[in-house]
Amino acid sequence: MAEQPEIDPMHQFLIHKIWDGPTFQLGGLTVDMSITNSVASMIAGAVILVVFFALTARGQIVPNRAQALAEGLYNIVDKVLVTPIIGHEGKPYIPYLFSLFMTILVLNMMGVLLAIGNLGGLTLTFTVTSQLAVTATLAVLTFFSVFILGFIKHGPKFLGLFAPSGMPLPLLIFMVPIEMLSYFVRPVTLAMRLFGNMLGGHVVMSLFGSFVVALGLAALAGGLSTLLLVPSVLSFAMIVGLTGLELVVAILQAFVFTALATVYLNEVVNFGHGH
Amino acid sequence: MEAEAAKLIGAGIATSGMIGAGVGLGVLFGNYLQAAIRNPSGAASQQTMLFLGMALTETMGLFSFVVSLIILFG
Repeated sequence: MAEQPEIDPMHQFLIHKIWDGPTFQLGGLTVDMSITNSVASMIAGAVILVVFFALTARGQIVPNRAQALAEGLYNIVDKVLVTPIIGHEGKPYIPYLFSLFMTILVLNMMGVLLAIGNLGGLTLTFTVTSQLAVTATLAVLTFFSVFILGFIKHGPKFLGLFAPSGMPLPLLIFMVPIEMLSYFVRPVTLAMRLFGNMLGGHVVMSLFGSFVVALGLAALAGGLSTLLLVPSVLSFAMIVGLTGLELVVAILQAFVFTALATVYLNEVVNFGHGH
Repeated sequence: MEAEAAKLIGAGIATSGMIGAGVGLGVLFGNYLQAAIRNPSGAASQQTMLFLGMALTETMGLFSFVVSLIILFG
């Protein structure tokens, strides 16, 4: 048997410093300004978004390819989500929802398309959305903006959200805590869903990748173990299929995150109409 | 049994929560397809709801995945 490379699918999620930055104290907390691989990927994602925006912002009557792509993406948020779910009052919130959609989409796609940077224990590329800290930030930001918007728009009446109308008082005592729990667990599920999907997909891809290498190396020993080439090739075919699946998941999760944000926003904007 | 071995077995058992998510997704897409074949003109309008339901169902499975990660690395 040839020497076995270590199978460690979680290695790609380790954060390490690329550039040592200064540290300073801020209110008792130590703030580290170092550039890690996570930060570098986020900067790359931001650059992609800005370049994409610069290329497509000049609206032409006959759109070029980049503009057609941008309009298609915008229509997903506007025509598929906001208009059918919220209606016309949802228009002012499209900029936030669209930026949310684009940010998650670009970061997810970078993780899948540039996954080759993680071959052989390298950590050149990094899936930013596979970090719970990042997804939790997005989820908490979305959830609390919507929650605070509810109080700004409706005042204390907004607390009626936790008390379904037409419910008898004895039941209400049980229902209000349950409703509150199911409401405040939303940012947790929102963060967990994106994190779990990206992490899970990349772990499976990485596992099959290490099967290809480990079984292929074992097959080199010759003799009967040459047969191990078969599962090695099958694993490689599996990676090709999984990459396609991960592309779908990357787009779908960006869509789902935005869709849920739209549904939560709908409760606030159309508060009192649907209940 | 060593603690490390029990940890690995526990993490494996924890992922069995995904069975429920698998059944749920099957029910969801199966019923959607059934309805879509009966009434193809109404299918497209419900696609957003389909993906929303998918996301909510999937989360339950992902919770068990996260629990097993916590057992493994926590």
